[in-house]
Amino acid sequence: MSNYIKKFYYGDIPEEKGGGNIVSAQTKNDWPLWEVFIRSKQGLDHKHVGSLHAADAPMAIENARDVYTRRMEGVSIWVVESKYISASNPEEAGELYEPAVDKIYRHPTFYNLPDEVNHM
Amino acid sequence: MPVQNFEKIFQEKIDNEIKIEPKDWMPDAYRKTNIRQISQHAHSEIVGMLPEGNWISRAPSLKRKAILLAKVQDEAGHGLYLYSACETLGISREETINDLHSGKAKYSSIFNYPTLTWADIGAIGWLVDGAAIMNQVMLTRTSYGPYARAMVRICKEESFHQRQGFESLLVLSKGTKEQREMCQDAINRWWWPALMMFGPKDSESTNSDQGMKWKIKRKSNDELRQNFIDMITEQVKVLGMTLPDDKLKWNEERKHYDFGEINWDEFWNVVKGNGPCNKQRLQARKDAWDKGTWVREAAAAHAEKRKSKSNQQAA
Repeated sequence: MSNYIKKFYYGDIPEEKGGGNIVSAQTKNDWPLWEVFIRSKQGLDHKHVGSLHAADAPMAIENARDVYTRRMEGVSIWVVESKYISASNPEEAGELYEPAVDKIYRHPTFYNLPDEVNHM
Repeated sequence: MPVQNFEKIFQEKIDNEIKIEPKDWMPDAYRKTNIRQISQHAHSEIVGMLPEGNWISRAPSLKRKAILLAKVQDEAGHGLYLYSACETLGISREETINDLHSGKAKYSSIFNYPTLTWADIGAIGWLVDGAAIMNQVMLTRTSYGPYARAMVRICKEESFHQRQGFESLLVLSKGTKEQREMCQDAINRWWWPALMMFGPKDSESTNSDQGMKWKIKRKSNDELRQNFIDMITEQVKVLGMTLPDDKLKWNEERKHYDFGEINWDEFWNVVKGNGPCNKQRLQARKDAWDKGTWVREAAAAHAEKRKSKSNQQAA
């Protein structure tokens, strides 16, 4: 890969070591990362909205309130420490999801019925 | 699989408008560019709180004070959405913030200008947020998923920022002679720095445009700047004010406004740290971090204590 971006954009000022170095070791002082899920109104699912750092769960909920519900976006908040989330690997997407591709008989539109029963 | 194949699959996704997500393979340079851009964007939101925060205690009415407080709180939120998006690329929050404090990472130069009068708060909302929105609307379609999602959220909130700014100037523009002069003066001072926010002219860059190919960015600096100028030149008429550029003129052929030359020496000077407020802004951020150390430590200690207590009860 020899093409590095040199072009200068708003919010992107290229420079030697311009903040692009990747150092991932979490330091001791860093509060853990939490994922935030919000129920936007009664009757709907909690939906992932983002993440934040907090020392513990009560603080994570308070911060989520301040950051993610300033405009009445939610009626309920879930937080979970990010380290407890297991995610599927994108490289295994084929094995995981392809078996569903050729099973179109699982969809109602697969079946042609007479017009008389059209609303089945 | 050889690296070329990964890169080919990656580029095909981009070409087909499929977003890149944190766990997907991506070229190192794509990761680095996004880290740099998203973190600089985040720093801009946070440093951007300073010039406006300057006027919270001196807002002319309770209504304006409440609006300004809400706006500055929004900027903090925007900073957090972006820091979080940045972290998904594998850099720690602390490292990102250290890069700002050491001067390694930049933020938008516009925030190195001072807010001298109340009218500046209106001008920032209208012109500075207005210019930022041009970029941000485009970035809602950027190729990196977490960045795009953060931008959608930000854009929803940002529109209030621009509108309150314009409305605040509208009130001044209908006020006393002093208020009208203050309004015009603020526009005069913020106009050129706002145009500089879009970055250097496209012709300045001789490098191949990888950012466009990766769809991190979808419009060029000049394109966005021109859109902004066309929009503001119409809006300023509503205020009954003028923009400080005697070359500003409608070009029937181009169907755009022509405009004067931007002072690029000033631009580069401010980028390099010699703007009116660079030192002050960075110092304020460092002080906030240092003075907050005991809070971070105390909260961590409290959480630790609570955890060990509940462990004891469970045992």
